Amino acid sequence: MHYETIIGLEIHLELQTSSKLFCGCSTSFGQEANTNCCPVCLGLPGTLPVFNKRAIELAVTAALALNSDIQLQSRFDRKNYYYPDLPKAYQISQYEQPLAKGGYLEVEFESGLRRINLERVHLEEEAGKLIHAGDSIFGADYSLVDYNRTGIPLLEIVTAPDIRSGSEARKFLETLRSILLYSGASDCKMEEGSLRCDANISLRPVGSQGYGVKAEVKNMNSFRAVETALYYEAKRQEKILAGGGTVIQQTCHWDEAEKITIPIRSKEGSSDYRYFPEPDLLPLTLDKDFISRIAESLPEMPGKRRARMAEHYGLGESELDIFIENRPLADFFEAAAEKYDDYKNLANWVQGDFLYQLRENDKKPEEIKPELFVELLTLLEKGQINRPVAKELLAEMIQNGSSPKELVEEKGLGRIAGGEKLIPLIEQVIAENPDAVENYRQGKEKAITFLVGRVMALTKGRADPGELNKLLREKISQQ
Amino acid sequence: MKLYEKSAAELSLLLKKSEVSSVEIVQSFIDRIDRVEPQIKAFVSYTPESALVMARFIDDKRMRGEEQHPLAGIPVAVKDNICTEGIRTTCSSRILENFIPPYDAAVIESLKKAGMPLLGKTNLDEFAMGSSTENSAFHATRNPWNPDMVPGGSSGGSAAAVASAMVPLALGSDTGGSVRQPASFCGITGLRPTYGRVSRYGLIAFASSLDQIGPFSTTALDNALLLSVISGYDLRDSTSLPNSVPEFHSDLEIDCKNLRIGLIRQDPSDGFDPEVIAAVKKQAAFLGDAGAEIEEISLSMIDCGLGAYYLIAPSEASSNLGRYDGVRYGLCIEGEDIESMFSDTRGRGFGPEVKRRIIIGTYALSAGYYDAYYLQAMKVRTLIRREYEEAFKKYDLLLGATTPTPAFKLGEKVDDPLQMYLSDICNLNDALAGIPSLSVPSGIHSTGLPMGIQLSAPPLQEGTLLKIAHFLEQRNENHPKRPGIQLTEEGSA
Repeated sequence: MHYETIIGLEIHLELQTSSKLFCGCSTSFGQEANTNCCPVCLGLPGTLPVFNKRAIELAVTAALALNSDIQLQSRFDRKNYYYPDLPKAYQISQYEQPLAKGGYLEVEFESGLRRINLERVHLEEEAGKLIHAGDSIFGADYSLVDYNRTGIPLLEIVTAPDIRSGSEARKFLETLRSILLYSGASDCKMEEGSLRCDANISLRPVGSQGYGVKAEVKNMNSFRAVETALYYEAKRQEKILAGGGTVIQQTCHWDEAEKITIPIRSKEGSSDYRYFPEPDLLPLTLDKDFISRIAESLPEMPGKRRARMAEHYGLGESELDIFIENRPLADFFEAAAEKYDDYKNLANWVQGDFLYQLRENDKKPEEIKPELFVELLTLLEKGQINRPVAKELLAEMIQNGSSPKELVEEKGLGRIAGGEKLIPLIEQVIAENPDAVENYRQGKEKAITFLVGRVMALTKGRADPGELNKLLREKISQQ
Repeated sequence: MKLYEKSAAELSLLLKKSEVSSVEIVQSFIDRIDRVEPQIKAFVSYTPESALVMARFIDDKRMRGEEQHPLAGIPVAVKDNICTEGIRTTCSSRILENFIPPYDAAVIESLKKAGMPLLGKTNLDEFAMGSSTENSAFHATRNPWNPDMVPGGSSGGSAAAVASAMVPLALGSDTGGSVRQPASFCGITGLRPTYGRVSRYGLIAFASSLDQIGPFSTTALDNALLLSVISGYDLRDSTSLPNSVPEFHSDLEIDCKNLRIGLIRQDPSDGFDPEVIAAVKKQAAFLGDAGAEIEEISLSMIDCGLGAYYLIAPSEASSNLGRYDGVRYGLCIEGEDIESMFSDTRGRGFGPEVKRRIIIGTYALSAGYYDAYYLQAMKVRTLIRREYEEAFKKYDLLLGATTPTPAFKLGEKVDDPLQMYLSDICNLNDALAGIPSLSVPSGIHSTGLPMGIQLSAPPLQEGTLLKIAHFLEQRNENHPKRPGIQLTEEGSA
């Protein structure tokens, strides 16, 4: 018998707010344990939660980007359970009336473009973090709790069981990630835990309509892990079914080192969270203007943008990959492209030297004025500076925001061209380096590079190396 | 007349005229506490030193001629479920026996801002669950009118402290009657404000949708003064009301001619003491004589309140009390593993009434029972609210007994939770509806114990309640505001 894999994902996303969902504590990552905490996020007796408006804006932004239907009235509920990292013994979450219902993503699978539907998108607060003594959660002598993460706003996204394989799950997550990054709602850093994913997976005979018994797989820390874990789990279930056995409903822990799923608890004694409306918060009422203001400010989503940029600028796949991955870089490119129409050249520079210099100087694309960059490329194109000078100016422009044109004038960096200026310098270098000239004559090509370098040094890099090369060869052969 | 026998307003006047200092006033109450407290046991923590520091500070300010709040320099006691920075806040529970909050409740900030010295934290039924203050993990508090009787609860410590003149003013909290019932039992005035009028920030939660902090005093004017101090919008409490706060004390005169009053029919067959009913009627007659229009009414939902309350309050409590697990603060009984640590800590930390309510609440919220219990109770709550809305279309306020009987004996109902729950029967519906409700003394029962009547008004109409209370106070000049017999200067009966 052939089996079909049915996968539904639950994605948890930390929203990129600077303060927590219900108090003013900082959300910054990597701080010393238990320093970003106040009585409210620690749930000390008598404390009360208060909404962070920015978190609601970002949640609405993300939900709109996922085509989910924002509910004008939603509500917060308490999800009650005991765990040392949960200070109030309940998590404030949304249950009966989520922030947004439905939604979908268009995902380009190998089999073609398909729509993956969403069940819901809701807001909740993050729990703290347990740090276990020893290597793993199993058999730790003791555990410590860091509450810095407690109360960071989380968006939970639940998909319909529309995914059919580990690789589809991975592709879905990549698409989701790029959309969420684009929307600006989250930094989606899986390694910092700001994007996490649990999967429900079951098998059914091909052609049947019902669902088999599912397992829940947790603790997958990368997109690759999701793919591998789900393939492993599907295989495991297939073996059981093929052998005439039955799968039991359980929660599994993905062991990244061993590449296996380990059952941690059986679902038979499933938790009863005793949800009820959070009495410390009023229902969340959003007005239509608030939602449409956010909808209007939503950027173009990555799929659409990719198609448009391919069409309009004629860019290749690898350039598009870089731009779609890095929205501010694409924004910079497009802003520059309004005043500079050699798109191919522009794209090369933006994804090449420009991006390199940004990283070198720890700057973001939005900090640089596109006009200055266009100015630089135009200087180069008109032959007023040479390539090495252009690179030097680019570095300065990125460091200090200075105008390339002004720099050229200030420092006299204009290109030195033409025989009358260069030939005397060439002659000087030839005279000073007889060995190298001899080597060149004997066919050592490298020697010419050395001689070009010497002349470049004399011009302080302002000559054009191509032109120099030509003139130098001519001069030597004339001698 | 001793200073401690005076009302807060009288003391305020003496301060204003510089006839006494705040230090003298505070010292007078300290001396009184030293004599009376051993018998009454109203306090869990006693803070005379810091109260004197505040008193001195206020006296200095007054000497410099700085503007002061009318209650500046007047001492106060606060129920021990209200967080005080640096002062142990126990909820009269073993589980929080050594909990020292690193923050002040919003009302404590307000008291400090007004310059009111805090004399101590008062006893309560553990986590405010109870009607007699016998459920305290530390000791029972006694009724100043008769030490064999309970002071009521759960704010019994605050009520007894005011009634026995250990403080002129105190704060309690009312979830289902915990200010009004002890006020009635102790013969003083206690107000439950509109839900949201006073910030709950720093009030250790029992049932969040019902809890409200309220003032105790011997006079309506004192009550109005203290209410003005603690009321107002607080952005740390999302359920706090943005409405502006009137100066409740500035005008307490009322013209009864335009008042329409619904007199709630309460019957001896429902367990109401005939003298209690007669006292209510007598108060109603005062109002009628002054021109108010009085009409008897029956509230059809009145019997449903108890059931709804004892599902909603324990449900919320079961969730609110989950945090006491020994991980971060309070009692911790270490064990083999995390489950045994949680269960041993809670097993030893909570008393029987708290456990009973946690279990009821956990059950009522469980999957499969939620619809039948919690949800049903919420529907009843909506009906109760609607019934009040309807009633307030016809009446400006409602009037009835605060409790069916005067205070009962210590130990009398402690083994019969249902009987205990019934002592709040008149107070629950107002709490469920979130409306303001006040108990004011209505006379002395033949047993020598005080009785009270309860006045309820539409949301935000505390002003009306205080004016009526003030009016009735003037008519009741004959009955003593303080228990005179049982408490001697020496403090022993």
